[in-house]
Amino acid sequence: MSSIFESQFRASATKLTADLRHRSLIRKALKGYEKSRDEKKARFQDWEAARQAAAETKWEAINHLDKYLSEFADNLARRGAKVFWASTAEEARNYILNLAREKQAKTIIKSKTMTSEEIHLNEVLAKAGYEVVESDLGEFIVQLRDEAPYHLVFPAMHLTRNEISHLFHEKLGSPETDNPEELTMTVRRDMRIRYCKADIGISGANFAVAETGMIAITENEGNARLTTSLPKIHVALLGIEKVLPKLSDLALFLPMLATVGTGQQLTCYNSMIGGPRQPGETDGPEEFHVILLDNRRTHLLADAEQRDALHCIRCGACLNVCPIFRNVGGQTYGTTYQGPIGSVITPHLRGLRDWKHLSFASSLCGACTEACPVKIDLHHHLLQNRRNAVVLGTGKLDRIAFRGFAFLVNHPGVFGVAVKAGRLVQRLHRLIASSKIDPLRAWTASREAPVIAKESFRQYWKSRHK
Amino acid sequence: MSRRDEILGRIREGLRLRVHEPKRAATSSDGVRTGLTTREWLPAVPNDPEGIVETFARNCVELRTQYYRVTGLPELSGKLFELKDSEGWKLIASHRDPILDSVLPSLGLPFLLAEDRPATADVERADVGITRCDALIAQTGSILLTARSAGGRALSVLPPHHVVIARESQLLPDLPAAFELLNKTYGDAYPSLITLITGPSRTGDIERILVLGAHGPRTLTIILLRDPR
Repeated sequence: MSSIFESQFRASATKLTADLRHRSLIRKALKGYEKSRDEKKARFQDWEAARQAAAETKWEAINHLDKYLSEFADNLARRGAKVFWASTAEEARNYILNLAREKQAKTIIKSKTMTSEEIHLNEVLAKAGYEVVESDLGEFIVQLRDEAPYHLVFPAMHLTRNEISHLFHEKLGSPETDNPEELTMTVRRDMRIRYCKADIGISGANFAVAETGMIAITENEGNARLTTSLPKIHVALLGIEKVLPKLSDLALFLPMLATVGTGQQLTCYNSMIGGPRQPGETDGPEEFHVILLDNRRTHLLADAEQRDALHCIRCGACLNVCPIFRNVGGQTYGTTYQGPIGSVITPHLRGLRDWKHLSFASSLCGACTEACPVKIDLHHHLLQNRRNAVVLGTGKLDRIAFRGFAFLVNHPGVFGVAVKAGRLVQRLHRLIASSKIDPLRAWTASREAPVIAKESFRQYWKSRHK
Repeated sequence: MSRRDEILGRIREGLRLRVHEPKRAATSSDGVRTGLTTREWLPAVPNDPEGIVETFARNCVELRTQYYRVTGLPELSGKLFELKDSEGWKLIASHRDPILDSVLPSLGLPFLLAEDRPATADVERADVGITRCDALIAQTGSILLTARSAGGRALSVLPPHHVVIARESQLLPDLPAAFELLNKTYGDAYPSLITLITGPSRTGDIERILVLGAHGPRTLTIILLRDPR
């Protein structure tokens, strides 16, 4: 009954949880982040009040999404941007493909956008013969490796400098080095040429400001600024949930995003772009296209119980604290959005039947809910997904097991005999436990089976009340 | 029905089932009611002028931004001359502005002006981009600039060194003040690009180790100009 996605998840999770090198790599990578995140959080005069305010602001935006989206689109159009509304991934892809064809583009440069991963844009553009290059260092590395980003914010956090050096040596012909700075400069030099000759720059957006018709992009490297400044055409691809009502809302959201996202007070560049080059400006793209993507976000919106999952600002804070993420790794999820938030929204975006297993891969510890800067009730949503999955239908084996259990506990005589028999069987089972012929191997391979007590509770009770 | 109406229709349909608004009025974790504006939740900034300057300077150190404070135009020229010599600048990229117009020619170097629409490749060859800005923000050590105040989009990100010249009166305490200023300055005619620059370009994508100058400037210099008394 399990989907192919579930089998892949299980196989990859089994492998990686036992991989001690992977585990220490992730722990090491997150250690510095944890320290600076806590330190920056402590600088806030009142972090909890800020979280509450951020949650209220996103609530207002999402629960009046029609109004704010219209305002955003109208303001942008007034300033010469072209706004395209895409219901599906395919519509968004086709719009970009047609634009590239119409403009006779050859090379396309991209800055980090998870939404383009969601619609598998790179594959489609490459297939049509366009040269598509990711300019964010981490994204560029995983693109060279032909794999999906490991983490929403840190795409290549699972790789060591040596692995990256080998990769660059093999693909770019650069000399081997164990110096991160040299590796970064290799990409800087390579990318400079590409910015100058690219015909189209594609970016995502962290926020969409309704009041002024602007997108806001948060980054550290400067690649998004170059991608959105130098090519003649800038295309921004964003989900409809990115909207904030007012420009001044950014005064709260930008520092909060940086604090929990990367452990900074503000990231290096926070750019607000409200159109193509305006009259009197000296440079900037001639055309600015904004694609507003639904792709089943309205499906999540219609679920009043989990609507707040659309508040997500993709900071990655819930991934960083999640014991599951830290052990199974980002690529195990097989989703665009990893970690707790990915496990909550993927069943809505791609179907509960195929993705329900993600909600069961959780200890429900609630660390994610506590870490979320916009107070999404993540772990309860995982629980709701489990309930929805059960309503959808349970496995045959589950049904037989629970029917059997119900029969046992309703028949005390049979129950007593079963316990006695269980003690005997368990002694025999010990001989084959965790071996290949053990029918309970799924459990015993990495754990000990609980032992049935020598004296049952009923026996104990009787002996006390003689 | 247009695509827009289709999506808006689905949104309105989805929103028919209302959900409770989160409780208004923020209260802090210990239940004490705190302020009601962003300013009262963000990191504290002193409210005396010297304290603001100190906070800004401290943030610059943390961010690895070079920060200098000079008095009067002759001292500004001197500082730029010093930078030119120590870094061996040969080509400058800049834009029209009363202060820049009065100090740049004295450096005796060729310079590109954004207003002359130089080719991208030429700006890329420049050793330094020198610009003005809209404001500085003490709270975060940031520079607020726009396509209008700083000679377009490329000057402040393409050359390997970005030098920003700001008057001391442009130093603001916090982020809310920066957004108030934007609204006051531009109202309904915002430039196509507004950006907050906080330190030189950086990345941590390789083993989370900090490397400066990922794609943007490796060096960021802020010169705060005081008026002579």
